[in-house]
Amino acid sequence: MEHLVSLAVKAIFVENLALSFFLGMCTFIAVSKKISTAIGLGISVMIVQSITVPANNIILNYLLAPGALAWAGFSDVDLTFLGLISYIGVIAALVQILEMVLDKYFPPLYNALGVFLPLITVNCAILGGSLFMVERDYDFTESVTYGLSSGFGWALAITAMAGVREKLKYSDIPEGLQGLGITFITAGLMALAFMSFSGVKL
Amino acid sequence: MAQTRRQMLVDPLVDNNPITLQVLGICSALAVTSSLQVSFVMAIAVTLVTGFSSMFISMLRNHIPGSIRIIVQMVIIASLVIIVDQVLKAYAFEISKTLSVFVGLIITNCIVMGRAEAFAMKNPPVASFIDGVGNGLGYGLILMLVGFIRELFGAGSLFGFNILQTVNNGGWYVPNGMLLLPPSAFFIIGLLIWAFRTWKPEQVEEPEYKIQVVDAH
Repeated sequence: MEHLVSLAVKAIFVENLALSFFLGMCTFIAVSKKISTAIGLGISVMIVQSITVPANNIILNYLLAPGALAWAGFSDVDLTFLGLISYIGVIAALVQILEMVLDKYFPPLYNALGVFLPLITVNCAILGGSLFMVERDYDFTESVTYGLSSGFGWALAITAMAGVREKLKYSDIPEGLQGLGITFITAGLMALAFMSFSGVKL
Repeated sequence: MAQTRRQMLVDPLVDNNPITLQVLGICSALAVTSSLQVSFVMAIAVTLVTGFSSMFISMLRNHIPGSIRIIVQMVIIASLVIIVDQVLKAYAFEISKTLSVFVGLIITNCIVMGRAEAFAMKNPPVASFIDGVGNGLGYGLILMLVGFIRELFGAGSLFGFNILQTVNNGGWYVPNGMLLLPPSAFFIIGLLIWAFRTWKPEQVEEPEYKIQVVDAH
């Protein structure tokens, strides 16, 4: 249990997907103009992340890893090279299914998340989360924890960023730095702040 | 075709750069640039994937049904990335270790998808290939610039060769350790955008909120 808590804290703060690995930056920069939309997107990422990481973990352990097909009688088959294409397929399919389920059973939530859901397929934070899960050899419980907490970390970062940007638009910024430039520098400062967590050993 | 092929290749380098103007594919631009060698490999990988994926998608563009085009594009891109990944693992294992998940993340690099969607679905294969390569190069250019600054001033070397003798090796240059850390990439890209836009003022964005200058008297 302690181990899982420390994994979660690490994924939220120390190894924040957005601010220390720069994953999902395109959306991070593009959709962080308003707090309300940022929260909506943050929540969708969190939901999708906590479903896809464990799902990909199952795919990896029962289909792709060397010897994983032993249950089907192919004990020496190694399909790891198909990893990338399967993960992205799983993500695209799950996002699609999630969209349909939400539309059918939770229309208010579907309307609130609306345009963000399809965008999430191409959000690198989602694929990145699955790839980190593979690289670090998480088991199933770890991958559930990691998916949930890394999604939460990303949501936290984009909400904070939107808060800063809402205030920032009233400030007098040099012409060439207007818009994109200052956003990058703000993100840099936030990343520096998040780096202060990196000394935390759990 | 209003644009000539040369224009298509050169245009994304500065005038319509995918990173500084279209804000695409920044994820990997930031994470892999701490040394020039890695940025170089990444730039080549992305250029190849963008070029060939645009070409293949454009060849198939009349056969792909509109409703499932995203999935088809994803499959083509993912297959190309798998090839790149396997080649890197076979011939440049060290670099592929440093790039870790970022090779895989070329799949979700918005530049590749963006060009497939915006250009390759409407244009013939050769033009799409050139457009893809051009955009890949525009991305590579920024990557190399950031990598150059970060490695030269952060570690005093370029491509692993010592340029500025650092203090640790008995030289004079005190390396700026912050440049090796991730946040510095944000600052460098922010400043690069500033430089680009001062050079090409038509790229400057309209501010959402203008501060009114009121005369005191």
